[in-house]
Amino acid sequence: MRQRGYCEDGLVARVAIELENCSYTYDGRVRALREVSCAIEAGSWVALVGQNGSGKSTLAKLCNGLLRPQQGRVRINGVDIRHRPVGSVAREVGYLFQNPDHQIFAPTVREEIAFGLRNLGFPSPEREQRLWSALEAFDLTAYADHPPAVLGFGLRRQVTVASLFAWGPPILILDEATQGLDWERSERLLDRLRERQDAGHTILFITHDMRLVAERASRVMVLHQGKLLAEGPVREILARPDLLARASVSPPPVTHLSQLLRPWGMKGESLTVEDFYCEYSALLAEREGV
Amino acid sequence: MLKGVSLSVAEGECLALLGPTGAGKSTLCLCLNGLIPHLVEGTFRGGVHVAGHSTLESTPGELSQTVGLVFQDAESQFVSMTVEDEVAFGLESLALPPDEIERRLTEALEMTGVAGLRSRSPLELSGGQKQRVALAAVLAMRPRVLVLDEPTTNLDPVGKAALLKAIRRLRKAWGTTVVWVTQDVDWVPQLADRVAVLWNGRIALIGGLPEVFDQGALLRRMGLRVPQVRELAARFDRAGQGGHAWLGMDEAAGVLRGRLGG
Repeated sequence: MRQRGYCEDGLVARVAIELENCSYTYDGRVRALREVSCAIEAGSWVALVGQNGSGKSTLAKLCNGLLRPQQGRVRINGVDIRHRPVGSVAREVGYLFQNPDHQIFAPTVREEIAFGLRNLGFPSPEREQRLWSALEAFDLTAYADHPPAVLGFGLRRQVTVASLFAWGPPILILDEATQGLDWERSERLLDRLRERQDAGHTILFITHDMRLVAERASRVMVLHQGKLLAEGPVREILARPDLLARASVSPPPVTHLSQLLRPWGMKGESLTVEDFYCEYSALLAEREGV
Repeated sequence: MLKGVSLSVAEGECLALLGPTGAGKSTLCLCLNGLIPHLVEGTFRGGVHVAGHSTLESTPGELSQTVGLVFQDAESQFVSMTVEDEVAFGLESLALPPDEIERRLTEALEMTGVAGLRSRSPLELSGGQKQRVALAAVLAMRPRVLVLDEPTTNLDPVGKAALLKAIRRLRKAWGTTVVWVTQDVDWVPQLADRVAVLWNGRIALIGGLPEVFDQGALLRRMGLRVPQVRELAARFDRAGQGGHAWLGMDEAAGVLRGRLGG
């Protein structure tokens, strides 16, 4: 596994997002998060999983200051964001809403993407350059002058992601970014994210797609009824079916299959088809005394 | 959106409809319940017959008793304050006698496993519960054909499993014909008898699950995946340990266990 998130001296991991004992209750009655503490290293790709209503979106909104914890502290790059306005936090933390229509408002795709850039004070030549390279990265050049509303769901989603990429915040929080996208669009988006991660950016990715988690994430956080049930490397967490079942999450098919074959020697932690195939073949060769 | 599509679905069959974004899947669904051509603007050529009714010659209102449509976003369909009123809404507009309404209401709620939520507000339910209430509202009309347009997209695995269970129960009890649009390809073998792939407004592939998912390379070019268990079978094939075409988990586990001597 690649090591990421280390400072130039290569010794100390820098923490990008830190929650300390955070709780959040909606309307004073629905307890969405209960005393959650976690630290996300800079340059990591963390998947946030859990049932609908487990507190995933609430946690995400605490990280960018859209919600303020009633209890606890949120630190972004080591700084407590308690007294910082949302606009200032947004320079460091980019947030992709679950529903693209909750953030699209400009009359054309070009203006939608330019809006954030202008807001953040990029000078005009750089703005244009960032705008067009974001349009290109997501194959949106042909749609630059289209109203976002006439585009299909997949393209509207790409417009919102391109807006985020245009100004390139060091921390990206994405709520179900690939939901409703076909596989090809989804893979393209994930590849762009991987490039950002390779450039040292931090990714917090909310999803139900466990196949995606197994293939892309470095670590997983499991939320259940507002509590952080577990946090750790993907392979370790997915190898624990009991834990996942408690959070109503199921591992990808090949992981599940490798767990069914545990009594016959599989370790039960295959993350991909290739992973499963290699471990199984080695096991078979051993049994056959090759 | 659709170009010269010909398709027939047998009574009682479940057809899964796959296809990338913009392939025309939702358009096809709207053709099945008559919203196309009656309410959606566009040019419509050809004919659609559902359980003997021509969609051109029937109104969407008449067709609503034959074809039930459940969307991805159940919430957008809700109009009532309680689950009970939501499910009874369509029945009341048919002016059925009260005891018949009650009978169908109870039956639909039980079939979908939401009887316990009867007096709750549909808006305060979980995603999986909302989708099952939307399904119950459609079932209460006793449609012979059920059209599901990505009903599981917003659901967690528990919500998905509960919805699929309700649909299986329904097929068994009433023999309902199901057309199921989905991106959740790993779940397709649990419910579908056949698969059709829509691409650029045309039917690119149609057939039994093994035949269609055998076309892994073609499906990938169209931006689609095959079930992961089938991908694994293909990986063993490529290594010369061929002859596998598993689709289901149990089938794969059985064969792989056998080879390990278990």
